[in-house]
Amino acid sequence: MIVVKNLKKSFGEVRAVNGVSFEAHDGEITGLLGPNGAGKTTTLRMLYSLLPPDEGEIRIDGLDPAKDAMEIKRTLGVVPDSRGLYTRLTARENIAYFGELHGMSRRAIEGRIKELTRTLNMEDFIDRRTEGFSQGQRVKVAIARAMIHEPQTVLMDEPSNGLDVMSTRALREYILGLKADGHSIVLSTHIMQEVAALCDRIVIIARGEVAADGSAEELLARSGSASLEDAFVQLIGSEEGLLA
Amino acid sequence: MNGLTTVFKKEVRENLRDRRALFNSLLLGPLLFPVLFVGLMWFLDSAEQERAEKTLDLPVVGAQYAPSLIRFLEQQGAVIQPNPENPEDMVRNQEVPVVIRILPEFADNWAQGIPAPIEVISDISRQESNVPIRRVKRLLLGYGQQIGSLRLQLRGIGPQLASPIMLKDVDLSTPKSRAILAIIFLPYVLMITAFTGATHLAMDTTAGEKERKSLEPLLINPVPRWQIMTGKMITTTVFAMASLALTLISFRIVLPLMPVGAFGMDLTLGLGTLLKILVVVSPVAILAAALLTLLASFAKSYREAQSYMGLVILIPMVPSLIFMANPVRAESWMMSVPLFSQNMLIGEIIRDQPVPISWYLMSIASTLAIGLILAIIAASIYNRPTLIFSSG
Repeated sequence: MIVVKNLKKSFGEVRAVNGVSFEAHDGEITGLLGPNGAGKTTTLRMLYSLLPPDEGEIRIDGLDPAKDAMEIKRTLGVVPDSRGLYTRLTARENIAYFGELHGMSRRAIEGRIKELTRTLNMEDFIDRRTEGFSQGQRVKVAIARAMIHEPQTVLMDEPSNGLDVMSTRALREYILGLKADGHSIVLSTHIMQEVAALCDRIVIIARGEVAADGSAEELLARSGSASLEDAFVQLIGSEEGLLA
Repeated sequence: MNGLTTVFKKEVRENLRDRRALFNSLLLGPLLFPVLFVGLMWFLDSAEQERAEKTLDLPVVGAQYAPSLIRFLEQQGAVIQPNPENPEDMVRNQEVPVVIRILPEFADNWAQGIPAPIEVISDISRQESNVPIRRVKRLLLGYGQQIGSLRLQLRGIGPQLASPIMLKDVDLSTPKSRAILAIIFLPYVLMITAFTGATHLAMDTTAGEKERKSLEPLLINPVPRWQIMTGKMITTTVFAMASLALTLISFRIVLPLMPVGAFGMDLTLGLGTLLKILVVVSPVAILAAALLTLLASFAKSYREAQSYMGLVILIPMVPSLIFMANPVRAESWMMSVPLFSQNMLIGEIIRDQPVPISWYLMSIASTLAIGLILAIIAASIYNRPTLIFSSG
């Protein structure tokens, strides 16, 4: 369960995030939808305590990232925008490294990797060095290392970026599986279909502010549009960044 | 501390699989420098010998004024080329290293017992002429002395009268201490090795991690950043130390092959000496790792970091170069200056001189202190939230 109230963050003159508030519940997928540069990544970075907010309040299962950074990091699984893997290590070693950083025992790591390899279909490449992996394979490894410690809350920044159709389908199934298991999932995206296919709650962010917030049906009703895309354009007031 | 050891183990494993790291840290220094050193010594030695043994071609202007001198020179093995056209130009154009000119008044002066003038024409800024010039001067002075003694004897005076002083060299240097002449190079090489051994690792673990975009995911883990940074720095230190140890071993193997028997030098490095040197230079590895990690943390990419490193590699050279140009006696205050103190101590160790324990301790403590300060600054950079934004 995430509660965000009036979050603000500036970099010099640039107001990246200017008063974002939303809630993300357990067993639900919350989508941060917005054009490129709207402040999605910055918002997520504040959630996983990489950046301290200038103003506002964040509570993740009651914890404050500014004060309980280490505690929060233990309960979060994050697939950030940058998905660099260590190319001289195998996929398994990459994932195990993060398990060890979480202080997990070797035994627990082994068991968990076995599980994740099965759910994410990584049998073919789990023991290969990650040099030359395809986007899809890389995202799978990035997800596996983020999920190694079975986090309750999952944050994903543009998870389907650069994936082909098959990989995207597999990813969506996986995220829906997490939802079914009762996790709270927040993902950012600028892709309309993704939101429509996955999200229970949509938070539309534009120019660092929340333009609208609700389920797909609510947003359609509020804007009076026939499609989610029209609703989106109408709610943020421009087509800017949509086609990126 | 678990995070620290996890980072350390992973970096070691990852870099042992990196051919570039292995080459830079474990091959380049340990192989290149000793081979270069010994090769250079061989080359110098053989070039020197060749010049000393070569026949001396000597153009002489005005040979007719001093026929007995010419005969003497020929007896000593010089090949006289009489009356060259333009002696100054010959030297200037490097056709010959040296020409002598016997002036017309030579014969008159000679007959009257007044010092008779001979010009030795050469360009002493040309290193390669030094040996022939020395040979020519030695021959001329030798001839002069011989004639001087004869003249005194003719007048019934013992020639010893003209040598009121007899110099005797009492040389207290031992074969070991003379080795320092050739081996002044070793501290220099070791300082550089500490830095080259650390360079690739420092860049790869910081700037490289940013460039590969794996820094942000790494920082999301519940491990304090200073532990991550320290784990990386320890890895870099270990590689730099391995580089140093291998270089020393390589020198031990290669030094006996040097052509120094002729100079009467003892260049074997015993195991005890090696260990002492290793203890003295190890803190430099830590200093280098901290300094390089700090600098590489500022860089956005491996390439940018590399451009800083070119300058940093000058740092370990400075004390060695000062010491080479202006050898000074070791004093205790010098032990508090990192890099300089190691230069001094290694010299003393190779010379087999007793060194006060306090000097070792001062050198190690001062170097570690500065390394620690740099490490703390590096750690504080890692604590800045904007760290990841310097990625390009």
